[in-house]
Amino acid sequence: MPEIIEKTLSYAESVNAALARALEERPETLLFGEDVAIPGGVFGVTKGLRRKFGERVFDTPISESAILGGAVGSAMFGRRPIVEIMWADFALVAFDQIVNQAANVRYVSRGALTAPLTVRTQQGNAPGACAQHSQSLEALFAHIPGIRVCMPTTNQDAYDLLLSAIWSDDPTIVIENRTLYHGAKQPVRIGGPVQAVGGVGLRRSGSDLTVVTWGAMQHRVLAAAERAAAEGIDAEVLDARWIRPLDLDSILASVQRTGRLLVVHEAHTIGGVGAEVVSRVVESGVRLSSPPVRIGALETRIPAAVQLAARVLPADEDILGAIRRVAHDVPAGRVEAMPVGAR
Amino acid sequence: MSEDTLLDVLEVMHRIRETEETITRLRLSEDIVGSVHLCNGQEAIYAGAVRALELSRDAVFPTYRGHGWAIACGVPPEAVLAELLGRESGISGGRGGSAYFTAPAYGMYGENSIVGAGAPIACGAALAGRFDGSGRVAVASFGEGAMNQGAVHEAMNFAAAMTLPVVFLVENNTYSELTPTRDVVRNDQFFRRASAYGMAGVRFDGNDPDAVRDAVADAVERCRNGAGPVLLEAMTQRIVGHYIGDVQHYRPAGELDAAIAAEPIARAERMARAAGVGDAELAALRQRVVDEVDRAAQAALAAPLADPATVEEHVYA
Repeated sequence: MPEIIEKTLSYAESVNAALARALEERPETLLFGEDVAIPGGVFGVTKGLRRKFGERVFDTPISESAILGGAVGSAMFGRRPIVEIMWADFALVAFDQIVNQAANVRYVSRGALTAPLTVRTQQGNAPGACAQHSQSLEALFAHIPGIRVCMPTTNQDAYDLLLSAIWSDDPTIVIENRTLYHGAKQPVRIGGPVQAVGGVGLRRSGSDLTVVTWGAMQHRVLAAAERAAAEGIDAEVLDARWIRPLDLDSILASVQRTGRLLVVHEAHTIGGVGAEVVSRVVESGVRLSSPPVRIGALETRIPAAVQLAARVLPADEDILGAIRRVAHDVPAGRVEAMPVGAR
Repeated sequence: MSEDTLLDVLEVMHRIRETEETITRLRLSEDIVGSVHLCNGQEAIYAGAVRALELSRDAVFPTYRGHGWAIACGVPPEAVLAELLGRESGISGGRGGSAYFTAPAYGMYGENSIVGAGAPIACGAALAGRFDGSGRVAVASFGEGAMNQGAVHEAMNFAAAMTLPVVFLVENNTYSELTPTRDVVRNDQFFRRASAYGMAGVRFDGNDPDAVRDAVADAVERCRNGAGPVLLEAMTQRIVGHYIGDVQHYRPAGELDAAIAAEPIARAERMARAAGVGDAELAALRQRVVDEVDRAAQAALAAPLADPATVEEHVYA
């Protein structure tokens, strides 16, 4: 295990550092996907890895079934493949290999075979992206027993969660976000023990309500929480960075203290992971002082034009409004009428 | 083929056939439930192919019509029958059933109920072999209907582009489930597609275990020599429906009779007789297998059911 050193890295560089460590420490790892090797990835995330690790890093045809099936098959035979699906939307053309194949390997063989593979992908809207390059699909993956799903948002998590996924003996989907790749560099601890999968990140401590969120949306949530603080609402923000397994205990511990729950995600709300979070909190019997609320994308497709997409996805004002609504126990539709600062 | 070899192959084909016939009886009596796909008539492919494979390192990826592959790879009929009967002693403990059991200890890495899905996985097995020094050859076997699946196209190009040791073995029984395959393609000579991928492609008589063995042996040798994947097309006929209960109303008059006349077991027996093997010896051989499979069925029926308390095991590490 390499000793811990701190480097100042972008999110993309943090992913790259994790991949480099995995390729260095685990000779059974392979890294492949479209454009990942010689070109270094369409977002530049895998730059330099081919040069350093040779044939274990290779480019593939534009063939998601072959990429994912190649991962399943090589994982069954002792490799630890890390594959890139360039956009989460593209996983749909080969969803069979994740849902029908990878998820069943261990179960049907009763543990005689396993599929310790990692799928790196990225999702979400960015300005100008079309409906087939904008979706937030974590609920589709998280619905499947046998699959692990995480969504790293901080640069540190981009490093840590990817390593946890690679070290895990289960098929794991790591959903990154391209709007984060080349953002601000931050100090990232490189090296040290690889953490087990699971757990939440506490992004803001607060006592009035618990906001559970994940993915790039949490930056808006944190901004909204600061504005709410100016109104006297002290929101706790949890990053449910592991969607499956969901760390319900940490969420419940927070909700028990605050008595209020808001879930914010970029994905659509119907059948979304937010529904799962709310259900499980309610089912736990924890006493809530106001009805739980979840917000996500509107019930429509994701349009390309910036001003249209902005209307579909939760905006800062939507999140702030929801925080007010939960904090003040205001029925839906009356949020706008709340005087700022009222408790 | 020597007389001993012919009788060995005949025994394997009998074991497959008798297992399938026993499954049919147990399905009709509803001891077995659900959808069951039999391989009667296609036995020569499995009995012939395994003679060219080293199952301690090679890996076979069949389909939901995979009982024959399993038996040919050496899975005991009792373990197959117990699987279909939902017994703990089933080869996959009742988790796989008829259409999705796996037997990695025998080199049989799983049936697959998704048409064509095993082909990319076989590429992965071959890819692993590139790094583990095993010299493994992966065999992806599927019906000609799967040749129209995107995943199979992707797998063939992937294997060819990367020079992976994969034998794509098409069991061409001329039906895509209930539809004549020639009705849904312009050209039903599937081996000709190989050249488009830069592979060798060979079509041969899939009811002749010798022809199958030779074709697979050539393909395996090519793979082991690093020459990349091969597409094999074994011509055969189902002499049963797509699934138990399929009355095959869609087959033209006379076709089934012709298929039965050409089926590999009777044909191998004719060859044995021509080579001087007596009727009594052939009858004794078959009876020995019938008795063996019958004992297997009794044992499987007497075995304990898989325990519902275990259904949540083996989901995660």
